[in-house]
Amino acid sequence: MSAVLEVRDLTKTFGGISAVNGVSFDVHPGEILGLIGPNGSGKSTLFNCILGQLAPSSGEVRVDGRPITGMRPSDLNLLGIGRTFQLLQVFPQLSVRENLILAGQEHQGSMWSRLVGRPDAGLTAAANRMIEFFRLAAVADERAGALSYGQQKLLDVAMAFMAGPRLVLLDEPAGGVNPTMLAGLRERLRAINEAEKATFVVIEHNMEFVMSLCTRVLVLAEGRIIAEGTPAEIRSNRDVIEAYLGH
Amino acid sequence: MTLSRNACVVAAVAAVLLLVVAPFGLKPYGIYLLSLWAVMTIAAIGLNLTLGYAGQISLAQSSFVGIGAYTAALLTTQGWPLWSACLLAIALCFVIGWLLGYPALRVQHHYLAFVTLAFATLVFLILRNEEWLTKGVYGITGIPRPTALGWSTKAPVDFYFFCLGMLAAVSAATWWLIRSPWGRAFTALRENPLRAASLGVDTQRYTLMAFAIGSALGGISGVLYAPLVQFIEPTAFALGLSLNLLLMVIVGGSGYFFGPFLGAAVSVLLPEWLRFTEGLYLILYAVFVMILMAFCPSGLLGLAERLRKPAATRRTQAGGPP
Repeated sequence: MSAVLEVRDLTKTFGGISAVNGVSFDVHPGEILGLIGPNGSGKSTLFNCILGQLAPSSGEVRVDGRPITGMRPSDLNLLGIGRTFQLLQVFPQLSVRENLILAGQEHQGSMWSRLVGRPDAGLTAAANRMIEFFRLAAVADERAGALSYGQQKLLDVAMAFMAGPRLVLLDEPAGGVNPTMLAGLRERLRAINEAEKATFVVIEHNMEFVMSLCTRVLVLAEGRIIAEGTPAEIRSNRDVIEAYLGH
Repeated sequence: MTLSRNACVVAAVAAVLLLVVAPFGLKPYGIYLLSLWAVMTIAAIGLNLTLGYAGQISLAQSSFVGIGAYTAALLTTQGWPLWSACLLAIALCFVIGWLLGYPALRVQHHYLAFVTLAFATLVFLILRNEEWLTKGVYGITGIPRPTALGWSTKAPVDFYFFCLGMLAAVSAATWWLIRSPWGRAFTALRENPLRAASLGVDTQRYTLMAFAIGSALGGISGVLYAPLVQFIEPTAFALGLSLNLLLMVIVGGSGYFFGPFLGAAVSVLLPEWLRFTEGLYLILYAVFVMILMAFCPSGLLGLAERLRKPAATRRTQAGGPP
């Protein structure tokens, strides 16, 4: 089984500090990979290096065997790689529907056709399906900035899926979401994973959420991978308990 | 933007009627002011696109008005028709605006303001010092008014309607633009460029486009300004005009479609209406602007929207357009 995402010897140093230190791993099609580790262990830096937000100091990233190191974030998205950020990132002045349409529009036609043509029709329908799926119908025409935190988080995640990506990197999707909504979010993510055969990498601090959602978990500490395995294996790993769970 | 649709339509129809009827009850100076309003509105619409929608500050809009005005003045005094000067000015300003956009890919906010300020100074110095081309401080006189399809616009009323027609065309094109996916991409660029890029928005290309299109509209404004005043010289396009255009965009409501129309009216017409106060009129005008900015930084349209909205959604206003 060939990997969707391959990370090889990825290193990122800031001055003398190695935030990410020679990290290598593969993500296989259809899996939900969890990425856990204490604060400052390099999880978000790793994401930013994979997604072109930061230039890695060394190492290589491939998607479907194709090197993507150094590509711009917008081009990576057009290749079918979606992401969410650690902090909430919606466009507060646009309505929920417009946020979703925006998340899909750049995947249709050329820049010129987006000015003179009106490719919105299919997008509005797709946005409405996403609104139904994430149960945002009641607030679809509200400005995103007027929504509750949990609803904005759902919108944030929905936007990442709008263009039908094959690979989505989610940075703390459960942060600040109440338990009821969290169960809904987990169920939505599982449904997309099964229906679309989409592959996820999830950074998360909420252990229960990670352990119940992910099929495999990587543990990062001080910029290195210290453990890898199924949720059950990770739970009983002595190094992990020492580095992280024991704190 | 989200003012109720009916109120907007009624206000727009009333405003258009007023603009069509107004010149018949006015003296030539009044007609001149209304024409100036239309011309400045076009430049402010351009700046609103760059600043209000795409969030890129520019203190160089006066330079593009200047480039447009000098293009029109130099060519029409040599016998070229105004429309050809207009096409050339649009192309010239588009390309220069595109190039001016490159610094915006690296710096933002007050740093970008200084880059564009330096550009505005550069253009002013060229207009003043390159006498072989621009006639320097003596300026260019005798700029003819155009004849469009056999219709001479020499009389103030005729030229006013010519300007109004151009404003209508520019407004329609801008309306189309901001309702298209481009408008949404510009807004995304303003609110969160990082997130926009992660959704496939080519933020670099849209930034350059926002500068280029906004600058081209500045050029169109200049092309109309030259035959309106019929005499141009460099100081008209110095930093003062850029600041005035910035004021129009912000007073009217940055990021609102009708903001520049209102802002230009405040900037061009209000000081004249306050003239009955004689020596006080500029002081009153300054106080008005200060009070407005202190209590409603989102401008007149932001104020209108805030008065209309129930308190429940008001907290979201805090994150309004910059």
